[in-house]
Amino acid sequence: MRKTTALRAAAAATAALLTATACSSQRGQDAQDTAAGGACKGQQTTGITDKTIKLGGIYPLSGPASAYGTISKGVAAYFKYVNGKGGIDGRKVQFIVRDDGYQPPKAVEEARRLVEQEKVFAVFQTLGTPSTAAVWDYLNKQKVPQPFVATGASAWGTDDKHPWTVGWQPNYVAEARVYAKFLKDERHKAKVAVLYQNDDFGKDLLGGFKKAVAGSGIKVVAEESYEVTDPSVSAQMASLARSKANVLLDVTTPKFGSQALAADAKNTKWNPLHIVNNVSSSAAVLQPVGFKNVQGVVSATYFKDPADPHWADDPEMKTYTDALHKYAPDADPANQFNAYGWAVASSLHKALDTMKCPTREGLRDAVRNLKDVKVGMLLPGVTMSTGHDDAFPLETMQLMRFKGERWQLFGKPVDTRKEFGPLTK
Amino acid sequence: MSTITAALGTDRARRLRAVLTVLFAGAVAVGAPFYFAPFQVFQLTMVLLYAVALAGLNLLVGFGGQISLGHGAFFAAGAYAAAVMLDRYDTGHLATLPVAAAGCFLLGLGFGVPALRLRGLYLALVTLSFAVFLPPLLKRLEPVTGGSMGLTVDKLQPPAWSGLAEDQWMYFVVLAVTAVALLLARNLLRSRVGRALLAVRDNESAAEVMGVRLSLHKTLAFAWSAMFAGVAGCLYTWVIGFVSPDSFSFVLSITLLAGLVVGGLGSLYGPLLGAAFVMYVPSVSQDLSEAAPGVVFGLLIIAVMFVAPTGLAGLPGRVLGAVARRLPRTAAALDRTPEAESAPDAEPKSRTESGTSATLDPADPAVVDAEPVGAPPRTEKE
Repeated sequence: MRKTTALRAAAAATAALLTATACSSQRGQDAQDTAAGGACKGQQTTGITDKTIKLGGIYPLSGPASAYGTISKGVAAYFKYVNGKGGIDGRKVQFIVRDDGYQPPKAVEEARRLVEQEKVFAVFQTLGTPSTAAVWDYLNKQKVPQPFVATGASAWGTDDKHPWTVGWQPNYVAEARVYAKFLKDERHKAKVAVLYQNDDFGKDLLGGFKKAVAGSGIKVVAEESYEVTDPSVSAQMASLARSKANVLLDVTTPKFGSQALAADAKNTKWNPLHIVNNVSSSAAVLQPVGFKNVQGVVSATYFKDPADPHWADDPEMKTYTDALHKYAPDADPANQFNAYGWAVASSLHKALDTMKCPTREGLRDAVRNLKDVKVGMLLPGVTMSTGHDDAFPLETMQLMRFKGERWQLFGKPVDTRKEFGPLTK
Repeated sequence: MSTITAALGTDRARRLRAVLTVLFAGAVAVGAPFYFAPFQVFQLTMVLLYAVALAGLNLLVGFGGQISLGHGAFFAAGAYAAAVMLDRYDTGHLATLPVAAAGCFLLGLGFGVPALRLRGLYLALVTLSFAVFLPPLLKRLEPVTGGSMGLTVDKLQPPAWSGLAEDQWMYFVVLAVTAVALLLARNLLRSRVGRALLAVRDNESAAEVMGVRLSLHKTLAFAWSAMFAGVAGCLYTWVIGFVSPDSFSFVLSITLLAGLVVGGLGSLYGPLLGAAFVMYVPSVSQDLSEAAPGVVFGLLIIAVMFVAPTGLAGLPGRVLGAVARRLPRTAAALDRTPEAESAPDAEPKSRTESGTSATLDPADPAVVDAEPVGAPPRTEKE
């Protein structure tokens, strides 16, 4: 008994000592964060040197949203490809990926690890609305850039308290505006039924759509919501069918997108124009429904679909496919998420190129001062623009219609900023 | 007479050692935030916070012998109670703690009712339903809970006089609450309630014959346990400053239960070890394998359960026991072998041992330190 306690105390003491000595990073070291000289005097140069730049990303590699985790592979492949060509402005990119399992507390922990232990230059990117919302206060307090978050919520761009955070993909309101414009042009007396997911994503899109069609002849005659945890949306679809609307706006995530499309195809008495949102527009959603059942379905997009043979000869697409084969052999180049990762990483490359100072402040200002920046992976006509009070780089999307076995782009890219004015809270 | 004085002597020595251990642990705990980087202090804070929830779960599962898969929901209830108070009514941080605790106590009391009629897996299913149904409910109650976007609230800010950084202040506040909570759990187990709980776990009929009111104590176990989870949830809101329904999926409940079993069921410091396991092992396993952190995590759990079926808290005892069996049987080995040989029946033996020092109290600190007080409830019924 006595020896047990003594032994345990000794063991505990040794363990404590070992931990203490093993921990290289201790308190007070963060005061050594370097500051730049010259014109960029006093700005933070943590994580960036003349030869390297360190970026950290937090992705759900495990857990319910792990399908999105593959975005990190596209991003990593891009940075490896760029490093092979000499790096970004001579700086080799070190890209650290951490897993948050789509859990906000884990995201906070990993963000702190990246900032305090890994001393990254910027947190690029955080994925998902909950994780991003959980860490943006911390990152902004620490003055760490959080560029191009992988979520389409409109909160990132309309908020003025978080200058270090900026979105990237077209936000859900912008997407809703694209559909609203399409209906105004082609079906100005449309009666619209809406199926939407009951969360920020669904509500953002629905709210944006209602605002965009306000004052026109278009009316939302029925709306039904579902929960991510629901088994099916057939009840909602049946009730929407009773509304006799002639347009169905389908704001769903992939699983429910398939269900809604199938339910629409099955109901031969009700044949509305089916608009499916971008999130559910991938071939993986349409295929199980049967391509013959989804003819004429409308959606919108902004980057090149790697599965679309239309882009097979596109130089950027070729670079992407080759690089992915070389640097991420286990990743499928036809997967949209990999292409997304590639597109967002090359967007960051462009932003880093425009930095006036190679500092955190420099990046913060650069991502808010983009003027019609072209990115190879984005559709022709879709460019990145931001301003001092506009933190939405992409607000242009192009409509597409499903014909035969693939999506076909139609019309011109719709710049929602020009059409509807800047987005405010 | 001489045996009594000898017993008193060892008892006093044991007390001294216990005090010294506590002092040492206290010094380490207080010194840590001045030594480690803010990020590591944050991790320690999270370990302490999970330890509170695990201590609550331990009351129910380890000492009460009932299974709950719904503790993530009580945790969420505490977190949301604090977040809503901070967000909507702008109360101070400290005011949220008693409300979260009391609210979850009542909630647990309500959920203790099915515990009277159900047992084992059936009870586990009922509690699981609570954990599954709470997140969608939180999403629907958007005016109050902020829906699926969640609520962002102010974190705990250090007062100017303290001169501490935010993470240090948070650590100390959580440390204080955790210390009180763990002390409360310990004292609860030494009280009438705790003894009644143990009796009910070991043999319901016998306990009833002895005059333990089953209904009262089973519901109370749930209530106390839920209260601890609620307090942990409240601390979570203080530390993270953000709650959303997706933070509290039923996976959290299962993680808590797994952490407790790995840490050591029915042991007083098992929750601390379990909390550390839950907190650190996922990141370690990610360092080992970027592709499949989940697989490594799972394998580690299996490895721990294989090496230490009584949890990490029971590991030192098992190791010493194994060593003692190998060594030639010296007097010292003889002294130790019986108590450490097999954990499930270790409790009664250590009781008889401490019986010489005129106490039958199962929660005597030194005895508790040596072996888990309880054991997995199932194994004892064989």
